[in-house]
Amino acid sequence: MISILRTIWITFTHAFRKRETKGYPEKKPFLPARYRARIILTRDPDGKERCVACNLCAAACPTDCISLQAAEDETGRRYPEFFRINFSRCIFCGYCEEACPTNAIQLTPDFEMAEYKRQNLVYEKENLLINGTGKYHDYNFYKQAGIEIGGKKKGEGDQDELPTDVRGLIT
Amino acid sequence: MVIAFVIAGVLLMVITIAAINIFIERRLLAMWQDRHGPNRTGFHGIMQVPADMIKIFLKEDWIPPFADKWVFVLAPAVVMITILLSFALVPFAPGFQVADSNIALLLFLGYSSLGVYSVVLAGWASNNKYSLIGAMRGSAQMISYEVFMGLSLLGVVMISGSFSLKSIVEAQRHLWFVVPQFLGFAIFLIAAVAESHRAPFDLPESEGELVAGFHSEYSGIKFGMFFVGEYLGITLVSTIIVTLFFGGWLGPDFLPPVFWFLFKTFCFIAFIILLRAALPRPRYDQFMEVGWKILLPLSLLNIIITAAILLAK
Repeated sequence: MISILRTIWITFTHAFRKRETKGYPEKKPFLPARYRARIILTRDPDGKERCVACNLCAAACPTDCISLQAAEDETGRRYPEFFRINFSRCIFCGYCEEACPTNAIQLTPDFEMAEYKRQNLVYEKENLLINGTGKYHDYNFYKQAGIEIGGKKKGEGDQDELPTDVRGLIT
Repeated sequence: MVIAFVIAGVLLMVITIAAINIFIERRLLAMWQDRHGPNRTGFHGIMQVPADMIKIFLKEDWIPPFADKWVFVLAPAVVMITILLSFALVPFAPGFQVADSNIALLLFLGYSSLGVYSVVLAGWASNNKYSLIGAMRGSAQMISYEVFMGLSLLGVVMISGSFSLKSIVEAQRHLWFVVPQFLGFAIFLIAAVAESHRAPFDLPESEGELVAGFHSEYSGIKFGMFFVGEYLGITLVSTIIVTLFFGGWLGPDFLPPVFWFLFKTFCFIAFIILLRAALPRPRYDQFMEVGWKILLPLSLLNIIITAAILLAK
């Protein structure tokens, strides 16, 4: 009987403690910087799209929610003709971010993506592409890679040396 | 003519209290469980009451085809009828009582016995084994706890010398009966909470959380009547406890007596909600055992001791 009365008293004192509920819409939760939520496509420091439509993110995706089509512009640079992520399927695992060789696709801590119609959860490239560089500010894929595209010939990358002419006099 | 206003006033007050209980219970339960209750609809959640009522009215009111139709419809009505009839006996304030009968206490006990019918009829009419089991256990619990509910009140009747609720309140002018009759009060509190099949004695409805429960086949306004009937039951039990043991409408003069009555009633409603928040549900045989083997002898002891003391005076 005493334990029953003690339980009643303890429960009563709980009224005077702070509540555990976080007041959500008024108070936002603390999210660490690497929190995996909304996916974005980023641009180079030069302002061009990073995505080269290599399909590695679509291949890595466990739920197959990414769909894209490669195309090449007149300078030889590849870009995605369309890039569609179905956010009702996406599980925000981050595998696409790990797979991307150009740091184009990234996950940001923005989770407030609720919609009334399921169709509005399929994001196209214009919904995903942002004008900034995202989390990786200095990386420019074409300056690291050796391929020749319009505006950069072989040997003009950051860590490249100019190609040697093997038929000349190498001294 | 005045009696018509009194009846209207009592009815209005009682229905309002039962409706506000919907909100108060959820808020208080939440307060004691470290969370907020509904605090978004309206001024800090008070609009939850009309929202809930609109929801219950608009739900589909379906009678199962395998159920016993007339009994099914009758059962929730029985709850409301018996409890509202009992409210006619309660003295809210010196002139504010619908019927001042001199066997009011017996009538109250009689009406609560009739209230057992609602559980039995609901379980039977649902034509569902689990409802029936819930209803049978519920009715066994309610009938057995009624025995010492009545016995524990006899101490109060002996001291005040009358069954009329108004005379009992008048007899408490010098000392509230909770002091000489503390054992009677404790037993009556436990028995009354069990009688209104309310946690922690809520086997009829939350055995339900496991399987079904005597009001599992009910939806819409019939379920609403069971639900509000349960809150009315708590309010009735609180008012009776306040009348019998805590001095009814007696209180210092700087506030009207009705206010003191309502304040004390609210304290008891909050206490009953606290019991729901704090205590786990005992097993069915455990509380039948406590009822018959512990509380019944204690209430008989209470009567014997009270009678002995009164005779010695």
